[in-house]
Amino acid sequence: MDADTKRAPPVIQLKNVAKVYRSGDVEVRALRGVDFTVEPGEFVSIMGSSGSGKSTLMNILGCLDRPTSGEYLLNGREVARLDRDGLARVRNRTLGFVFQSFNLLARTTALENVELPMLYAGVPSKERRARAKEALERVGLGARLDHHPKQLSGGQQQRVAIARALVGRPRVILADEPTGNLDSRTTVEVMALFQQLQKEGMTLVLVTHEPDVAEYTQRIVVVKDGRIVNDRRQTPNPAVVPAEEVGT
Amino acid sequence: MNILETLVLALRALLRSKTRSVLTALGIIIGVGAVIAMVAIGDGAKASVQKVFDSMGTNLLIILPGSSRSGGARGGFGSQPTITWDDLEAVRTQVSSVRGAAPEMRSNAQVFSEDQNWNTSIIGTTTDYFTVRSWTMAHGAHFTDADNEAGAKVAVLGQTVVDNLYGKGFNPVGQVIRINKTPFTVMGVTAPKGQSPVGQDFDNTVFVPATTFKRQVQAQSLGAYITGAVFVQAVSADLTAKAQADVTNLLRERHRLGEDDANDFDVRNLAEVASGQQQSTETLSLLLAAIAAVSLVVGGIGIMNIMLVSVTERTREIGVRVAVGARPRDILAQFLIEALTLAVLGGIIGAAVGLGVAKLLAAQFGWPMLVRPDVALLAIGFSGLVGVVFGLYPARKASLLDPIDALRYE
Repeated sequence: MDADTKRAPPVIQLKNVAKVYRSGDVEVRALRGVDFTVEPGEFVSIMGSSGSGKSTLMNILGCLDRPTSGEYLLNGREVARLDRDGLARVRNRTLGFVFQSFNLLARTTALENVELPMLYAGVPSKERRARAKEALERVGLGARLDHHPKQLSGGQQQRVAIARALVGRPRVILADEPTGNLDSRTTVEVMALFQQLQKEGMTLVLVTHEPDVAEYTQRIVVVKDGRIVNDRRQTPNPAVVPAEEVGT
Repeated sequence: MNILETLVLALRALLRSKTRSVLTALGIIIGVGAVIAMVAIGDGAKASVQKVFDSMGTNLLIILPGSSRSGGARGGFGSQPTITWDDLEAVRTQVSSVRGAAPEMRSNAQVFSEDQNWNTSIIGTTTDYFTVRSWTMAHGAHFTDADNEAGAKVAVLGQTVVDNLYGKGFNPVGQVIRINKTPFTVMGVTAPKGQSPVGQDFDNTVFVPATTFKRQVQAQSLGAYITGAVFVQAVSADLTAKAQADVTNLLRERHRLGEDDANDFDVRNLAEVASGQQQSTETLSLLLAAIAAVSLVVGGIGIMNIMLVSVTERTREIGVRVAVGARPRDILAQFLIEALTLAVLGGIIGAAVGLGVAKLLAAQFGWPMLVRPDVALLAIGFSGLVGVVFGLYPARKASLLDPIDALRYE
């Protein structure tokens, strides 16, 4: 392979993507031609008020929804026209999700929650266990493998969710308002973890409506009325957690 | 995700809400339990009916002599002797579908041992009788054709008679009893048969050769006519109807009855009576099984109902699973296997309950306990089918959920 000599392709490449929802006679144009590229190793935040189209954009990026028109190249591969099974495979192998409300399975241990994506990838159970453990250690929860979500704080739950996103070795992690349900201190913890992952080479895209959170990222994209209206790069604000409280 | 992992997942989901799972499976448990218990009850009843008929003799026909008519009053069958000893011999030897035939002449008499006496029923008959009526010997032997021809004063005792004349456990072969005033040597004792369904004691009988009976026991003899019924055994169960027709034709011919004349005798087919009994118990089991099947279907509807509730409750879980890469078929399999597991576990518990109930009832009624593994497997298999059929709709509903909506579901 000539991956070293050639510049790696963009992780995400949207070309003139539009999404139209129809309900009866009413047409809602959620996205009106979005061009958007994310290079490997970038840490991008997408901002916008509610109704701006940022959630639709995130759903399309996450292969949970298909664009009405336009192209979506994920890791150089066209994914906009895949069927449900094809999209499931892409979500499983190429993407990692982090949600606002964590979305961990209740009454299921942290370890088993993290194993979930590998269950659908057909990874043998021994390897699953080992990799899930490794991912939880990576997010600083090596001591809480057998805890249930109820026994964990919000910050810890979100870190379990991040471990779950990481464990499938995705090309990009998509986080939808990951700090929306967290207090300011755990927000900093989670953002520090994201910054750490980026340093290790991970590509991250994050949706938020909080400017403070966006400041921790490298690049801020603003969506309004279904279009990207601003796209700027910046020096991220380092997320520093008070030392004595790290690791909870 | 393989089947085993899906199965583990299903079991854990079911264990999470134990009460609900048990209540949901209850319909299936009752359904399968009912099927198993009903079939066992039906089989037990059938077997006990069969046992009664077998003890009377297999493939049996009875020839009853014709009715008498004195003045305007008609006697019943048997009131007028019409069957001769020659008729008996002809039936015995000339009908190919008949294996054996023997008369049964009855008389009550006082029987004496050395220090006891007992009033019992004396049956005068021939050698064929023991095979035709399925009597086996517990001690000694039964009399032979030679004994009959010679009018030998020999007797075969039923167990009840032995118990009353000599006490339980005594072997009276070789002892001399007196019937009325005539001494008889005891040749054998029949193996006990117990009671008829109406409480008649089969074993309270003394058997003596027909010739001896006519001379020594009977008050008056009717010469050529047999004073009693004739028992006929057909060659096989399939041939009882043919034997019945053959015997009827032969006797009509021998009695020189014209085409318009009514029979002056009656040939009854006990196998027909038995099979009629069998049929009615079979119809009963079929009816009960149908009711049980209905309750299985109702159980299936219960499963569908709860699976639908479960899918709604777990919408978010489904959303998460789909987001991390579950395909629609993975979700379908998960919920289908959950329904299937619930139904099959219910089926297994139901089979155990059904067997328990059947055992209890069998003990209660003194029936043989008949375990039918094929019925148990069939019932469990059917409950699995019910699980799949009624689990399909909820599982399909789950697999078609839109992940975006599912993840937003509160």
